[in-house]
Amino acid sequence: MARKDDLGRRGEDCAAAYLQRAGYRIIARNWRCPEGEIDVIVDDGGCVAFVEVKTRSSTRFGHPFEAVTAVKLARMRRLAAAWCAQSDVWPPRIRLDVIAVITGPANPRGGTPAEPVIEHLTGVL
Amino acid sequence: MGLARTHSIALSGLSGALVEVEADISSQLPAFVVIGLPDTALAQAAQRVRAAAANSGCPITPHRLTVNLSPAALPKHGAGFDLAIAVACLAADGLMSADSVTTVVHFGELALDGRLRPTPGILPAVIAAAGLGHRTVMVPAGNAEEAALVPGIRVIGVASLRDAVIWHGAPLAPSPVDVLMPPRDDVETADDLDLADVIGNTEAIHALQVAAAGGHHVFMLGPPGAGKTMLASRLPGLLPDLDDRASLEVSALRSLSGRGLGRSLITRPPLESPHHTATAAAMVGGGSGQIRPGAAARASQGVLFLDEAPEFGSAVLDALRQPLESGMIVIHRANAVARFPARFQLVMAANPCPCGQYGASDVDCTCPPSARRRYLARLSGPLMDRIDIQLGVRRVTAAQLRIAGDSAPVASAVARQRVVTARAAAAERLRDTPWTLNSQVPGPWLRGRHTRLGPATTSSLDRALERGGITMRGYDRVLRVAWSVADLQGTPRPGPDEVGQALYLRKGMAS
Repeated sequence: MARKDDLGRRGEDCAAAYLQRAGYRIIARNWRCPEGEIDVIVDDGGCVAFVEVKTRSSTRFGHPFEAVTAVKLARMRRLAAAWCAQSDVWPPRIRLDVIAVITGPANPRGGTPAEPVIEHLTGVL
Repeated sequence: MGLARTHSIALSGLSGALVEVEADISSQLPAFVVIGLPDTALAQAAQRVRAAAANSGCPITPHRLTVNLSPAALPKHGAGFDLAIAVACLAADGLMSADSVTTVVHFGELALDGRLRPTPGILPAVIAAAGLGHRTVMVPAGNAEEAALVPGIRVIGVASLRDAVIWHGAPLAPSPVDVLMPPRDDVETADDLDLADVIGNTEAIHALQVAAAGGHHVFMLGPPGAGKTMLASRLPGLLPDLDDRASLEVSALRSLSGRGLGRSLITRPPLESPHHTATAAAMVGGGSGQIRPGAAARASQGVLFLDEAPEFGSAVLDALRQPLESGMIVIHRANAVARFPARFQLVMAANPCPCGQYGASDVDCTCPPSARRRYLARLSGPLMDRIDIQLGVRRVTAAQLRIAGDSAPVASAVARQRVVTARAAAAERLRDTPWTLNSQVPGPWLRGRHTRLGPATTSSLDRALERGGITMRGYDRVLRVAWSVADLQGTPRPGPDEVGQALYLRKGMAS
């Protein structure tokens, strides 16, 4: 597996753990359809949130949030609609969230890396 | 998440309006939005501010920033708001105290490395801020001297955005940078042109002094090579130094035109001599978006010299009629009105005909009479009617050149001293009136109780009026010039001699 995929996977794990700690119920992870993939889908007391996780090892090439473009948001919106269409129960309310994970540089000698920094934006669209 | 506000100045013409710059950070995806009618240069402040802040070691938040320029309906131009926007954004992020930022007026353009560029229009902006009751302004270090020319306001010159945020109390260590200085644009002076260089033309030299003493507009007619341009360019040298108010006005206009000021106000009257291809917008001011001053505004408190006046477009010349009357240029746009001062002294020079030789003693004119008539008819009657002194200038003859060596020429410094004395006499006479110069006095006051001249004095003028040689308006103009002649000679009232001279200055062209 390429290093960037590994980093992304690690970021998604961090984000999912963070969401669980914050009291969200996780409905699905890496839900796929022909249009693409939703990283995490959670239930926040009746409101279904579709979460995009962006992971960077540092902010040298920009903050993770800066990588969420208008095109990306439009695709997430279409994917959310696709998920709702195939779901058994149409959710009463939905929203789009973005989570930024900054992991800090990976430790080349193994061992535990520094604690990642997580930022969560709700209702970005 | 965070909110901060500060102030800046939006210039419209020479007058400035206070603009409140508000920055709000909301927990949204990264964006930098500037609202409140910015023009293109101002909307691009987002990129400049982001880069400058990052390179100053205090990066702007990765959240959504909304910057509002209030009043939102007032159009705003240029990059002068960069500093205010950057400071408001960083204060909203909690880098420094929002209270400190609120009390200061910020003005200046940012470079991408975080340094502050000298910005045009600092002087009128600081004057406006002081007029609106603000006590502290922060400007680029390169403009600090210029801003300090305004009395009664504390000026903080900062070299970079980092210095600015440190001044506001941000916990950063100072890092010295090279100050960006405005281009050295030395104030050119017309003073090294001395009146003593003019040979012959004693009448014209006298007429120039009368014009300088009374602030009269001048029209000179003569063949090419007679010295019209030479004479006209020496008129600013005869005018007295500008007083404080005039000096501030001239300096502010110069600052607004983007030319450097140096460390002192301009104290000598300006000379503007636009080329005859100038458009109406170049003459009175205009431009799309930001309204810039034209040659007539830049010549305010000085001399506007139009060489080859009939070659100017008639629309351009007639655009000067309103400022000649009111001393003010008002430019209207759909969304704004700009006012510029335009109390200039108009000097026009013209050839008598297209070939230029009409009336010259040595060469014959080849123009048909109709062409001659058409040529001078381009100067419209209403414009010529506002010009008090109209004189003919002749070519210098060999005899005059020889005589010139014998008699001492009039030096500009001496002539200026006479003009200063004459103006003081006029101001003393007019002290209970709203006017200070003879050229501003209306006719009825001249013919009124205090200043009426006896019939013996004005007999030559009365005869000219009876014969139809001059109109009633022309009569008043001759009276005004007669007072200027008397002031220049140091006589308390014009006598028949002075009136005769004035009549000659008004009608000498025809002879």
